[in-house]
Amino acid sequence: MTQTVKLILEDGTSIEGESFGAFTSAAGEVVFSTAMTGYPENLTDPSFAGQILVLTTPMVGNYGVPGEDLYESISKIFESDKIHIAGLVVTYYSEEHSHWNAAKSLGDWLKEYNIPGICGVDTRMLTKKLREKGAMLGKIVAEDDVPLHDPNLDNLVAQVSPAGIRHYGSGQHKIVLVDCGTKTNIIRCFLERDVELIRVPWDYDFTTLDYDGLFLSNGPGDPKMCEATIQHLQKALQQDKPIFGICLGSQLMGLAAGGDTFKLKYGHRSHNQPVKLTGTQHCYITSQNHGFAVDTATLPAEWDMLFENLNDGTCEGIKHKTKPFFSTQFHPEAAGGPQDTEFLFDDFLKSVVEYKNR
Amino acid sequence: MNKPNKVLILGSGALKIGEAGEFDYSGSQALKALKEEGIRTILINPNIATVQTSDNMADDVYFLPVTPYFVEEVIKKEQPDGILVAFGGQTALNCAVALYRAGVFEKYNVQVLGTPVQSIIDTEDREIFKVKLDQIGVHSARSVAVTTMDDALAAGEKIGFPIIVRAAFALGGLGSGFANNLDELRTLAQKSFTTSDQILVEESLKGWKEVEYEVVRDAFDNCITVCNMENFDPIGIHTGESIVVAPSQTLSNREYHKLRTIGIQTIRHLGIVGECNIQYALDPVSEDYRVIEVNARLSRSSALASKATGYPLAFVAAKLSLGYSLAELKNSVTQTTSAFFEPALDYVVVKLPRWDLGKFAGVNRQIGSAMKSVGEVMAIGKSFEEAIQKGLRMLDTGKRGFVANRPEEDLDNATIDQLLSEPNEERIFAINSAFEAGYTLEQVHQLTKIDHWFLQRLYTIFELGNQLAAGRPTGLDGLETKLLRDAKKAGFSDQQIAVQLLGEGDVKADELLVRARRKALGVLPVVKQIDTLAAEFPAKTNYLYTTYHGTENDLTRETAKSILVLGSGVYRIGSSVEFDWCGVQAVQTAAAEGYKTIIINYNPETVSTDYDVSDRLYFEELSFERVMDILDFEQPGGVILSTGGQIPNNLATRLEEAHAPILGTTAAHIDEAENRHKFSSIMDELGIAQPRWKELTSLGAMQEFVREVGFPVLIRPSYVLSGAAMNVVSNNFELEEFLKTAAEVSAEYPVVVSEFIQEAKEIELDAVADHGEIVSYAISEHVEFAGVHSGDATMYYPPQRVYVGTIRKLKIIAEKIARRYEISGPFNIQFLEKNGEIRVIECNIRASRSYPFVSKISGNNLIQKATQILLGRPVERDESERIYDLPFVGVKAPQFSFTRLPGADPVLRVDMVSTGEVGCLGDTAEEALLKSMLSVGYKIPQKTVLISGGPIISKVALLAPAALLIKKGYTVYATQGTHRFFAENGIPSSLLFWPDDLQEPNVLTYLKEKKIDLVINIPKNLSKGELDNDYKIRRTAVDFGVPLLTNARLAKAFIQAFCTLEMKDLKIKSWNEYKAM
Repeated sequence: MTQTVKLILEDGTSIEGESFGAFTSAAGEVVFSTAMTGYPENLTDPSFAGQILVLTTPMVGNYGVPGEDLYESISKIFESDKIHIAGLVVTYYSEEHSHWNAAKSLGDWLKEYNIPGICGVDTRMLTKKLREKGAMLGKIVAEDDVPLHDPNLDNLVAQVSPAGIRHYGSGQHKIVLVDCGTKTNIIRCFLERDVELIRVPWDYDFTTLDYDGLFLSNGPGDPKMCEATIQHLQKALQQDKPIFGICLGSQLMGLAAGGDTFKLKYGHRSHNQPVKLTGTQHCYITSQNHGFAVDTATLPAEWDMLFENLNDGTCEGIKHKTKPFFSTQFHPEAAGGPQDTEFLFDDFLKSVVEYKNR
Repeated sequence: MNKPNKVLILGSGALKIGEAGEFDYSGSQALKALKEEGIRTILINPNIATVQTSDNMADDVYFLPVTPYFVEEVIKKEQPDGILVAFGGQTALNCAVALYRAGVFEKYNVQVLGTPVQSIIDTEDREIFKVKLDQIGVHSARSVAVTTMDDALAAGEKIGFPIIVRAAFALGGLGSGFANNLDELRTLAQKSFTTSDQILVEESLKGWKEVEYEVVRDAFDNCITVCNMENFDPIGIHTGESIVVAPSQTLSNREYHKLRTIGIQTIRHLGIVGECNIQYALDPVSEDYRVIEVNARLSRSSALASKATGYPLAFVAAKLSLGYSLAELKNSVTQTTSAFFEPALDYVVVKLPRWDLGKFAGVNRQIGSAMKSVGEVMAIGKSFEEAIQKGLRMLDTGKRGFVANRPEEDLDNATIDQLLSEPNEERIFAINSAFEAGYTLEQVHQLTKIDHWFLQRLYTIFELGNQLAAGRPTGLDGLETKLLRDAKKAGFSDQQIAVQLLGEGDVKADELLVRARRKALGVLPVVKQIDTLAAEFPAKTNYLYTTYHGTENDLTRETAKSILVLGSGVYRIGSSVEFDWCGVQAVQTAAAEGYKTIIINYNPETVSTDYDVSDRLYFEELSFERVMDILDFEQPGGVILSTGGQIPNNLATRLEEAHAPILGTTAAHIDEAENRHKFSSIMDELGIAQPRWKELTSLGAMQEFVREVGFPVLIRPSYVLSGAAMNVVSNNFELEEFLKTAAEVSAEYPVVVSEFIQEAKEIELDAVADHGEIVSYAISEHVEFAGVHSGDATMYYPPQRVYVGTIRKLKIIAEKIARRYEISGPFNIQFLEKNGEIRVIECNIRASRSYPFVSKISGNNLIQKATQILLGRPVERDESERIYDLPFVGVKAPQFSFTRLPGADPVLRVDMVSTGEVGCLGDTAEEALLKSMLSVGYKIPQKTVLISGGPIISKVALLAPAALLIKKGYTVYATQGTHRFFAENGIPSSLLFWPDDLQEPNVLTYLKEKKIDLVINIPKNLSKGELDNDYKIRRTAVDFGVPLLTNARLAKAFIQAFCTLEMKDLKIKSWNEYKAM
């Protein structure tokens, strides 16, 4: 028997729908994603921590959820070891699923992590509202009401970052991955490229480590919360070892360099964001999930914008004019989404080799 | 950027199976894109019914065959700097490859814009293609390309059965099929070799998922996939024959992006610039895949993808071929964001093919790896259930959706099993039968290999149908809002709900009850925009659909004075691009008159469904329910339903009863013309002669009537479209046989029987009237005698052999009819003339198939005038009779697609069977006729002609043409009777034995050995044996690609034309040059 739940927004909007997943209440920041595939990847992306995710693709759950196969001690398919979203909002939840590698339904999976879902919602109406008014706080209410809660006031990175150091692989390039909530596909991308990976917590002083290259991961929330990371990073920027940052990592690089970041009205969450490599005719379709961005105007003189968003002109990555430091606001590791910029991992490792051979 | 000044664009010619209206869309978009750049455009396309050959599209048009000879002649004359070859389907592509190989482009210094011809060859030649894929490690099906039968058989044994055979360089999978053993392979290969020198023998991937991506690449190597599509029907059924869903619904992110990445990698490697389509087979139980093919041109799928996403693929492809980068172009929907992006869809699109196999005697109805469908529909919803039920109704085959269809006899399990595993066009309904018979989803999956997820969605519809039916005891009063809403979300129409809830009573009245109840309960559809970015950015265009999965309309009603034009719906035999032209003309006229325009149409192959043609486009059903929903919402000033053919016309009565503001002739008068009984009574009342007729009530009454008028008689039900279920019967046996099938068709309307007048001339009048007074008209004449459906007839405009006196009489009759019906707007009357006596066959109070043909040739746009009248504007009566002043002649010729329909008897009857048409111009009737026949695939015979003259009348008619052939040095072969008759009349011919004579020299052997260049076979309605023999000759001719004529009058005209004119006599003259004469 279906149970009714409500989605309530901070502007007073109240939408009734049917419950799926856990029948429970939850609050968070309501954001929308226009990606058409990849809910197992999206839901486990730590960057979504604290957010109630609205999907514009209407039919969700069609291919179920795969089993937890492991690859080098990390999940083969998921982007972390749990669901990170606070709640899920869809038009049509397909309870019956069909796929050769499905182990369970989306609803059962949400139940496992006690995450509520609401279906039967006009997500286009909701998306237009978020587009016009900006991302809003909201809550899914089952039986007991919960207060609204702004996750951007929390240090979300501290919540999703691991407690200790972990080592992966035994390749010849030693890369430190500063984990602010990394997606596991970033780890997979490195392990496919002859890398020994040292995964450290967000506030770990990695400058004490011996490494060839530094990587700054994606993660949730406001980058300015990560003061410790920024401080360590500033030290690294004094040196010449290659640095690569993705998403939150890009914003952290911008802040450490002396620039500023700002909150986008409703963010970029989709698999179809077009970016252009500055000064060229080369364009790429990218996967994105972020609510904050580097303010290009505030970048110091020795830094350039590396990529630009073709739709709204926002910064999609920065680059040091002389040193091997660069970043992307988008996700070259994809998962989910287009894989067209995975070559950036190769570019990074090339600069690592150059650094080592210098 | 080095932009060309003058560009030649190749069209696709007549609509045929495998190549239909989608190329009018793509060519039109290309023309718009070039025009915007100030480039002079020259179009070659003999398809006169298209929008792209309209006055305001290309700068000049050549109504000439898209063949190497004519294209080279046009290049020689026009000296263009560039040529676009990717917008006219396989016809244009094949022509371009031939010209490239002959060095023509080089010779005249014409640059091929966009994808280089070598890349096209790399994708078309299967062996090269495979090598290309191997170079980058992309998997393709294990296969061997062969050019001989022995190699084909060896390859089959090596790969292992089952295998699939494909012909290279063929459109729509022509000449392909599955073979389970050597014998089947031999048969298949033999046929394939007739369409192509090279065939491919490859591993069968039957049952794998079939997935396609539309890929766009610019000259700077930027590459995107605009849309992916998943076939509901797995591999084994051609994608053109499959139900297709966009975006894919059962693919995981890994699968989706794996195939996407391979697509981009492949397209970059092939060096395509512009748009192309890549097709995959995907293993349903792993991530294994095969690339099936790449179409390096705009295709049916790209038209579908454009409409499905709102991304104007053809327009963008044309711009890219000029050297633009994707990033320089804007997304034309948002007008602010970039064209370098991949659309995000927040809805589900379902495409369904439309077949017309019932029209073909003897045809094999099974669907498979070759295309047989003649049209398609696209339905949009927020769920698969909503979209597929809309789509099933859009097909206009009388179905109400997936369930609640008119009860048919229960199928036994063996029949269901067969329908599921060896599909024909009714397979989806067999799935419903299987559910009713208690099959599990797993059983249905095993038999069909259709993914469980799709079957589950259908099962949801089935279950909802049962829940509704369970409510019969309490009827409408007991219907709960929740169930009603769930049913509407699953795409149930009010009529379906009425049938489930109230039974098969007065369905139309019950539908109104459901509608009223539904509105009272507040269960209403909402209007949503298609905006390419799933609401991330605001859209500037109004590309709309309706859904029940929503609570908010994306926009409010159009408040400026507006006009709603109903489109023509699905293309089928008898209604295709010509009505799209009419609809587009009506909209453009209304816009020019200052109205906001709204279109409802659901055909992805059309120009009218381009969102920049109207102010608002509803990609929606042309049903009473949906039109009323849109009328309720928009409240336009008027509705035009007379420019979309029969589908909108059939809505007239119900819409008028619902007080819709229909413009023009009243619904009551339309009905009095459509209903044969009422029409005939009115003709009697007006004193207008018509073939004697009677309403059929029983076989006895009919036999009595036949005793009075004699055989043959013509039988037809009311509301005839393209002569469906219309037939001539010549004896009592045929009469009884016909009645068995007619009874099913004519349940709602009576059947009329009329005398059939042989050897009568058929003349048509297309006209426009204002309050009963004719203001403009055009008269055209059929080459064939009456008895060939007007859609299959070859037609002269202006008439060539009609007396002035006859024309005067026709006009007086037409005036009487226009006054009696108080016609305002377009209408068409068909006349018979024999020995100076004129009879009226029928009158359609709407635009007809010949409107674009006569409008373009006369220079007098009948639709423009009709629309002005509908809008209440004064239109001046034509001053002079243009037909006498016209210094040139137009000939319209039908295109047949018999090659694609194995088994079908390629013969012309009263029931229409052609799939398209062309219209060509000439200084003389012979020149125009020859050009138009060359345009539909006939060739001037080299040396030999076979004549099998049929009845004595046609043998006599063919005497002079045979003499002419002999005089011109042709060898004339003849079958026995004809041979004897010719000998008696002093014409030497060589005897060939009938197929069943089993004696050499046999007709069939000569055909198979290609010793005959043209077959003239006139059918006889005599003994069964003779019929079989005739059938075998015709079918073999078609199967072996030998041009065939089955009408003596047309054969005579054709022979006369090619015996008096040579290729060099066919003038390469543009439309503008004719106009200036």
